[in-house]
Amino acid sequence: MKHGRYPFIIGFLIVPVAIYGTFVIAAYVQAFQLSFTNWRGFSPDVSYIGFDNFVKLFHDNTFWKAIQHHILLLIFLPLLTIVLALFFAFLLNVGGGSKGGRTRGVWGSKFYRVVFFFPQLLALALVAVIFSRVYSSDDSGLINGLLNQVGAGPVLFLADKNLALWSILAVLVWQAVGFYVVLFSAGMGSIPTEIYEAAALDGATRGTLFFKVTLPLLWNTLQVAWVYLGIAAFDAFALVNVMSVDRGGPDGATTVLGLEIYRNAFDYAQFGYASAMGVVLFFLTITFAALTLRVTRRDAIEL
Amino acid sequence: MTDILKPEVDRRTLLRRAAAVGLLATPAVTMLSACVGGGSDDKDDSADKPAGTVSATNPLGIKEDEPLEIIIFNGGLGTKYATDVDIPSYNKLFPKSKVTFNQAEEISTVVQPRFTAGNPPDMINNSGSKLMDQGALVQAGQVQDLTELFAAPSVDIAGKTVKDTLIPGTIEQGTFNGKPYVLNYAFTVFGLWYSGKLFKDNGWTAPTTWADFTALLDKMKAKGITPFGYAGANAPYYMYTLLLTSAAKIGGADILKNIDNLEDGAWTNDAVKQAATAWAEIGAKYSNKAFLGLKHTEVQLQQDQYKVGLYPSGSWLENEQAKDTPEGFDYQLMPVPSVTSADKLPVTALYAAAGEQYFVASKGKNPRGGMEFLRHMLSKAGAVGFTQLTKTLTVVAGATDGMEISAGLTSGNKALGAAGADTFSFRFDTWYKKLDDELRAATNELMYQGGTADKFVTRMQKAADAVKKDSSIQKFSR
Repeated sequence: MKHGRYPFIIGFLIVPVAIYGTFVIAAYVQAFQLSFTNWRGFSPDVSYIGFDNFVKLFHDNTFWKAIQHHILLLIFLPLLTIVLALFFAFLLNVGGGSKGGRTRGVWGSKFYRVVFFFPQLLALALVAVIFSRVYSSDDSGLINGLLNQVGAGPVLFLADKNLALWSILAVLVWQAVGFYVVLFSAGMGSIPTEIYEAAALDGATRGTLFFKVTLPLLWNTLQVAWVYLGIAAFDAFALVNVMSVDRGGPDGATTVLGLEIYRNAFDYAQFGYASAMGVVLFFLTITFAALTLRVTRRDAIEL
Repeated sequence: MTDILKPEVDRRTLLRRAAAVGLLATPAVTMLSACVGGGSDDKDDSADKPAGTVSATNPLGIKEDEPLEIIIFNGGLGTKYATDVDIPSYNKLFPKSKVTFNQAEEISTVVQPRFTAGNPPDMINNSGSKLMDQGALVQAGQVQDLTELFAAPSVDIAGKTVKDTLIPGTIEQGTFNGKPYVLNYAFTVFGLWYSGKLFKDNGWTAPTTWADFTALLDKMKAKGITPFGYAGANAPYYMYTLLLTSAAKIGGADILKNIDNLEDGAWTNDAVKQAATAWAEIGAKYSNKAFLGLKHTEVQLQQDQYKVGLYPSGSWLENEQAKDTPEGFDYQLMPVPSVTSADKLPVTALYAAAGEQYFVASKGKNPRGGMEFLRHMLSKAGAVGFTQLTKTLTVVAGATDGMEISAGLTSGNKALGAAGADTFSFRFDTWYKKLDDELRAATNELMYQGGTADKFVTRMQKAADAVKKDSSIQKFSR
């Protein structure tokens, strides 16, 4: 049996590895290669310019603006999403107290569970289009239509520099919460009910149950959620591209690296420069993931 | 063998994989832009010489049985003019040359990879929101020099070369550093559009001075109409064209030339500052800040519903709105009123330019055929067909004179006649896309976000200086 093992494994792996090699690894290598050129995308010839692109990037205000937006998203997207998702998951699973030895959710929790998951089923582009209508600045907007009725509007959600990024963040959170409710629900489901019972017998309130039992036992799941959401914060391209005023505006107030890469590559035909941005994004994402794994390392509690 | 099936994916592995997913964004650029250095293209320059016999009906000497591939942007103008007018005209002279017609909503997505791969289509209509950077294409040597086309005789205007049949300035509009590379085919006039019916019902007339202009805006406001507006979300371009039109009227057309040539202090010039001051006031007093979040079609629709009085746009507006315009709306164009009484150019002066780019790929299979196709577009029959189908004038001078096609077209034509030699335009928006983007943001700030003229001109001067200093951007001048 042993001797046939490697051909067997290789037989299985060759196709996926070839595909991965061509479409991921090779593309990476080329992005790194292009970042040292001033290629403009219209001819097969490239000329190398050393680190010029990176020097230019360092002095590019828009680039730093995008980085600032990522930092803001990186803090608030995971935080808001996880807090909301934990809260809902707790209510759906444990919030109803226990009856007959089983913990259960608030009344109607099965229904809510489905409702929460709905946004996850919509394509991101659709979500963006829907919310552009919700936020629209004239009477046709869902929110401003109502506000104008009572004379409080219009609020320029997407066109006000100070509001635009937050408005988009709200959509990101709205879209993400459902998935994490399900993820955390599954995590909570695997916590043995005896632990809750024991705690309840000792007189723990719902709050204590949550902070002393649920949270520590969910730690691993939370960690996964944090990394996923962090990576989503480094992306946000689709929403910004579709929703924001003047793509990344007003005045660059919502721009993100993905959009700047796209703009430089396909609008300004500066593929070399765009690749340099891609390389920076690569290192940012790696650093973030490594950092998160290190900081949140903690012994898992074996059940 | 069972050990390879052992579940080894713990949560930490999952985390690492999650991190890897995020990294996938990086290679996307290269994936989308196809392989660099892949396509060999040692095509010699022989394509640039006549391959067939030069004759009166074949002045460019195309090979009569060589197939031709063209690609047309499918947008406001549609593609019918190409399929119903120009291809039949071309095939009448060259029945053996099979024309492959393609259309695209996103030109760069479809065509750009073919340039990098070295097999571009022969003639390309580079237009739409996803157009390719024309300057970069020229810089890369991918664009055919059209000198011979313009020197060739016209298809159906006897005794004239193609060049003689064009509105003056057309060739210059497509010239990059002294050589004509691009045909700008559609001729647009730019100004303030209004409903003739609305004006007639209220007894209003088109103002010529700034005082009359604001007086009219006051009257509109009193009627509950938003007097003036543009869409900040995607069309600040319309607004800045208007603003620069005012600047050119105040200080002369050279103001725009200096801006195009990235001259020092071209933006901080007094004329630009005066124009910005005047328009910032209009934005603050007579517009609706909510328009900052709207798209151009939304504001244009409001005008069709008589909710917006004056709207800045080019002569494509009437055709673009054809479906939503109520009966009797009667699109009319007015030139931008004079800001001061000491303006260098008269009130009739107009921003008018050839637009809508068509070019021939120099490294394509049949560049001569591509040029021949353009010659047919520039025939009188081609021009008349285009105008009838799209309600847009072409650069063929006087091709549709005396024809009643639509109210807006007639109005634009009349304004053009009144302007005489006082027409002008700028080029920097296509030469330096970065400057265009900066100006869009600066315009929104000026008009809707409490900006000032001083801030506006300083900001633009800084952006222009940055472009000037950037060695990776090829510079153009006129």
